[in-house]
Amino acid sequence: MGRELWKGNEAIAEAAVRAGLEAYFGYPITPQNEVLEYLSHRMPELGRAFVQAESEPAAINMVYGAACTGARVMTSSSSPGISLMQEGLSYIAGTEVPMVLVNVMRGGPGLGNIAPSQGDYNQICKGGGHGDYHPVVLAPASVQEAVDLMPVAFEIAHKYLNICTILIDGSIGQMMEPVLLPEMQPVVRKVYDWAVSGAKDRKRHVLSSIYLDVPTEEKVNLRILGRWRQAQENEIRFKEYFLEDAEYIVIGFGTAGRIALSAVRAARAKGIKVGLFRPISVNPFPYKQVEHICQRAKSLLVVEMNTGQMLKDVQASVKNRIPIRFYGRLGGVMPFPDEFVEEIQEMIHNPGKPEDDSADLWYLRMMAR
Amino acid sequence: MATPIVNIQNLVYSRPQGFTDTPTHYCPGCTHGTAHRLVAEVLEEMHVLDKTIGVAPVGCAVFAYNYIDVDFVEAAHGRAPAMATGIKRVLPDRVVFSYQGDGDLASIGMAETVHAAARGENITIIFINNAIYGMTGGQMAPTTLPGMKTTSSPNGRDVETQGYPVRMAEMLATLDGGGYIVRRSLHDPKNIRLAKKAIRTAFETQVHGLGFSMVELLSTCSTGWGVTPVQSLSWLEEHMIPAFPLGDYKITPSVAALKI
Amino acid sequence: MPAKGWIEVNELFCKGCELCVSECPPKVLELDNEKLTSKGYHPAHIFKDGCTGCAICSLVCPDAAITVYREVTKASPSPVIGGH
Repeated sequence: MGRELWKGNEAIAEAAVRAGLEAYFGYPITPQNEVLEYLSHRMPELGRAFVQAESEPAAINMVYGAACTGARVMTSSSSPGISLMQEGLSYIAGTEVPMVLVNVMRGGPGLGNIAPSQGDYNQICKGGGHGDYHPVVLAPASVQEAVDLMPVAFEIAHKYLNICTILIDGSIGQMMEPVLLPEMQPVVRKVYDWAVSGAKDRKRHVLSSIYLDVPTEEKVNLRILGRWRQAQENEIRFKEYFLEDAEYIVIGFGTAGRIALSAVRAARAKGIKVGLFRPISVNPFPYKQVEHICQRAKSLLVVEMNTGQMLKDVQASVKNRIPIRFYGRLGGVMPFPDEFVEEIQEMIHNPGKPEDDSADLWYLRMMAR
Repeated sequence: MATPIVNIQNLVYSRPQGFTDTPTHYCPGCTHGTAHRLVAEVLEEMHVLDKTIGVAPVGCAVFAYNYIDVDFVEAAHGRAPAMATGIKRVLPDRVVFSYQGDGDLASIGMAETVHAAARGENITIIFINNAIYGMTGGQMAPTTLPGMKTTSSPNGRDVETQGYPVRMAEMLATLDGGGYIVRRSLHDPKNIRLAKKAIRTAFETQVHGLGFSMVELLSTCSTGWGVTPVQSLSWLEEHMIPAFPLGDYKITPSVAALKI
Repeated sequence: MPAKGWIEVNELFCKGCELCVSECPPKVLELDNEKLTSKGYHPAHIFKDGCTGCAICSLVCPDAAITVYREVTKASPSPVIGGH
């Protein structure tokens, strides 16, 4: 099977189907409507479950129900819809059942707009709902990468009994790229020793996130934390470009990382020894790897489509050893590669100090435009 | 031919004061425009434009605030009746209305809609029912008809797996808080006139403190239905009126007694 | 004698949807294919005699693009201004 031209949202949906997706529950919201629309005919075609729910809270609670049976279940939404799903996400995490979430970020806050943004990094990496839990969050930078991560997402969700989120933005959701889809995997309903399915020939299972006995709740939180610690060990993913002799390193995820690659190539053509570090798992964040690459670099440039959210994670790794410059675009504005090239050049000419407040200096530069 | 007739004494109709000068973004022939116009005309005739606050939905009419010349707030999807409640409770002497589509009012906002009616909230809801989600590209709505093709029911709405349409006017009329709950249509001149009268009665219900009022307006979506604007009028008449019968579903005696 | 009427279509608002053309009782309206509005629509216009100023066009117009006039005569002394 050769490569085919697929729209991001639809490719992700088909990749999920081929990874054994058994149930999809969603609600329309731009820019991810195509996930819902594609699955509205693909799932019934294969005899699998599909419901367009009445709202995002309804959709996530349908996911919650299906997750309690151990089925491979997924939903997708965008910024305001993810906010609505947060209560459900917390319940799913607290009940320790698996699910995959596709989050197609748009301009915000509030209703915002339908343009691409990365403004929900904090929301989704620091939980996405109330309580002490950590979803695994993977941030592909192309349609192919998203397709490749779909089966991984289900594996992660089911291995750690956690939420695995595919974090993209409207541009990846909407763009069409040549893609090689994987082979269709059969649906395998794994029999979990905790799942509900009718207590025939076994003791009954009760799934709940209620733990009125406070010491028990603490034990549950430690159990959830234990599995998260394993994920932190095992699920770090990132990609490095031109780092072998790099004196300067750009760090960006998703679309910002992809645009940064164009900028890094352009800067290299000008003779600048710059490289790119692109986290793919933004939660768990590759703190150790970022700390490691700092040792070789004179300074870092962090680029994001937000006001400096992943920046904080980079700063936690760098610990003021070298200067960090920050550049962000907001509200759905997509940066061009030459903006990043200018920033790289500025970084070289005005290196700054390690203790500089990167976000503060960026803000002042933005206001001076 | 024209010039002697075109003068102010001969003026029969001109664009209402309650309309801004902004051309609307609605598709050609979309009856959102008609509904907006009727609301603007009624508010002007009642002389309440300057004490009205509108609540805009999420849907094609998300930019309603650009067209009707009154104070407006923008609600989250489905939450307009709740926002309207918040405004009306602190400013009870103002005219507060929400303008919502079928996704906003009957899908995600079902709870807010039902409870505003149950509380007898003195707000007016203008409900645009065109059996489809327009703004997001034509997905199925709670009011989509059985067998109707949409982008999320591509083989036609299958009642076995996707359920049946909901009739909001009938459902809300069972609640004691409702003062005036009716269904009208915008598909021809006679029905547009009746719709305007209903919108007027609904706002009078509010102004006289007689409970929750809602006018459900059967509307067209030529883009979503895949027909021309002119065809959409007959599509509505042929398909939607049998499924959503026009009529008065709740009129309390005190509303009926109003002299308008 | 039917009343004499006239309409003006504001090209800023007309989207050429043809609802007025379809509903006009004496059928005096059509889209002007020789003209394009700034948004690229063919606006509606009166193309033959017979307008009675009944205002049904403005009643169905979703864009409030139409202004309607009716000649005041002894038979029909005053038009309705503003509403329908």
